[in-house]
Amino acid sequence: MDLAALTECLTTASCIITQTTSGLIIGLLLFLVAAGLTLIFGVLKVVNFTHGSFYMLGAYFAYTVNGLTDSYVLAVLAAAVGVGLFALAFERFFISKVYASNVLMQLLVCYAFILILDDAVKIIWGPEFKSMGMPAAFQSPPLFIAGGIVPVFYLFLIGVTLAISLGLWLTITRTRFGTIVRAAAVNPSMVSALGINTGLVYGAVFALGGLLAGLAGGLAAPVRSLTSGMGFSILIESFIVTVIGGMGSIAGALLGAILIGLVRAFGSIGFPLFVEGLMFMLMAVILILKPSGLLGKEG
Amino acid sequence: MTAARPTFSRDLLIAGCALAVVLLLPMLWPSKALTDFVIRVSAFSLFATSLNLLVGYTGMVSFGHGMFFGFGAYCFGLSMQRLGVSIPVAIVITVLSTAALAAAVGAICIRLKDIYFAFITLAFQMLLYSLIIAWVPLTGGDQGLMGGIPRPEFLGVDLGLESHRYAFSVVLMVVGLLAMRHVVESPFGYTLRMIRDNPDRASFLGIHVFRAKLTAFIIAGVFAALGGMVMALFVSGAYPEFANWTMSGEGIFMVMLGGVSTFVGPTAGAVVLSLLNDVITRRTEHHGLFLGVVILVFALGLRKGVTDFIADWLRAQREARSSALTGDRT
Repeated sequence: MDLAALTECLTTASCIITQTTSGLIIGLLLFLVAAGLTLIFGVLKVVNFTHGSFYMLGAYFAYTVNGLTDSYVLAVLAAAVGVGLFALAFERFFISKVYASNVLMQLLVCYAFILILDDAVKIIWGPEFKSMGMPAAFQSPPLFIAGGIVPVFYLFLIGVTLAISLGLWLTITRTRFGTIVRAAAVNPSMVSALGINTGLVYGAVFALGGLLAGLAGGLAAPVRSLTSGMGFSILIESFIVTVIGGMGSIAGALLGAILIGLVRAFGSIGFPLFVEGLMFMLMAVILILKPSGLLGKEG
Repeated sequence: MTAARPTFSRDLLIAGCALAVVLLLPMLWPSKALTDFVIRVSAFSLFATSLNLLVGYTGMVSFGHGMFFGFGAYCFGLSMQRLGVSIPVAIVITVLSTAALAAAVGAICIRLKDIYFAFITLAFQMLLYSLIIAWVPLTGGDQGLMGGIPRPEFLGVDLGLESHRYAFSVVLMVVGLLAMRHVVESPFGYTLRMIRDNPDRASFLGIHVFRAKLTAFIIAGVFAALGGMVMALFVSGAYPEFANWTMSGEGIFMVMLGGVSTFVGPTAGAVVLSLLNDVITRRTEHHGLFLGVVILVFALGLRKGVTDFIADWLRAQREARSSALTGDRT
């Protein structure tokens, strides 16, 4: 524990700016993963334990495409589309078979896929850490804002993730697809009685969730080291985010993700060895005070 | 009509016979591989059966049960290394501290239901795991508890001896299983079944559901820790892997593989999965890939555990016999 360092950081503008931007990056990338998790849960009532592996696949897809084409934009698009398609196939061929069974079976199918995908990544890309490197367009000196160091790529990431979040919000609230999804979350049998193919909706929601996770993995690839276990830690974090924000609430996921990002960024200065512990404590406190999460519906 | 409720004396008889058979095994077939296998199965049998108290009997699918297995191993190892107490005292310390941990974690987790419960128990397990990794001076970090666990002699039992260690592990397993059997056949055990089937009704009938679930959670945690202790004694140390999420995943698979509908199902699952793990690690380095495929075959293809098939077959036989009897009468 190093409270002196934390107070010193909190009293200097440069440190606050540096830590806040890195907290926002962590939080917003986490939001993309958590939003998919919470969306899938809200509609299908299934917690997708393989969601972290989707993120990992996105990062590795981006790594490969970036190596082949040397284009970061193509790499991120390939990650999003590739993982979206993978998620669709996963839903149609595996998860849809266990909707009716109990939680135990859903858990086992996901557990099996985490094991298989982690090993598949090791076989295809090798067991050692990979790093993708910063795209050429962002290899410029960092900006100095009020004494704080802010890399240009970070600003780009914040802008892009915010734009995606806005797009997601508009899709859910303003489009026909969004209306169907929201209706299916509340009463799937009514939706199906109105002549809408709910199986298709479920597949689409899973694909959208996978797309967001792949996007997050692809976007994060230049600033993270890639390894076969990277999916599991982000799964745990995005779960904490959804519990804090309220399961099924996308706005709650955004709030929770930014909160967790800031806790990680500032916690790493004050409690370097206990950052994970801080997140769990935050979650425990919120669960005790409001079991349904900050923006979750009661009951 | 209904089968007579199994009595405690009958369970005691079965347990005694099983104990005698397993203790005689190394004399009939002396092999280090066999005794090592049985000791590992003892640890996993306690672990999986205690998980089934939650999953099968109370309907609480915990995905963080490995937390107690790992905690038991570390707590036992640390008491032996740091406090220099005798083995029975270390066991008592471990049981009490695990009960305290399970009470604290359970009090928070039980507020959530179904899949939320599964995920929050997993989160707490990962908290313990990251603590074990980070607290290097106490736990040795990712190297695990090094230096071996001392095994001082007590009451004429010397766990440094291979044969004593074998007998001790097997006795712990059988006594643990018998104790858990007693729990699930007690009125409290039937309360848990009612909570699983209809919590609202149980609550309406005046049962304090939260308290009953918490008690079950603590009991399950303590027996999982017992399994962890057997494991720590066997490897003479403790490793972070014991508390990692894969341990919980394997526990759930053992329960499913063996079958949730019978008491001995998880033990059968522990035997089958241990065999499977041995075969896979000997044949290939891609352990996860093969285990994952096997799990998919079971979860999507067979959808039932090994003992479920046996139980179904026995029931079909009995029904065939009783219908033949009634057929004779008419």
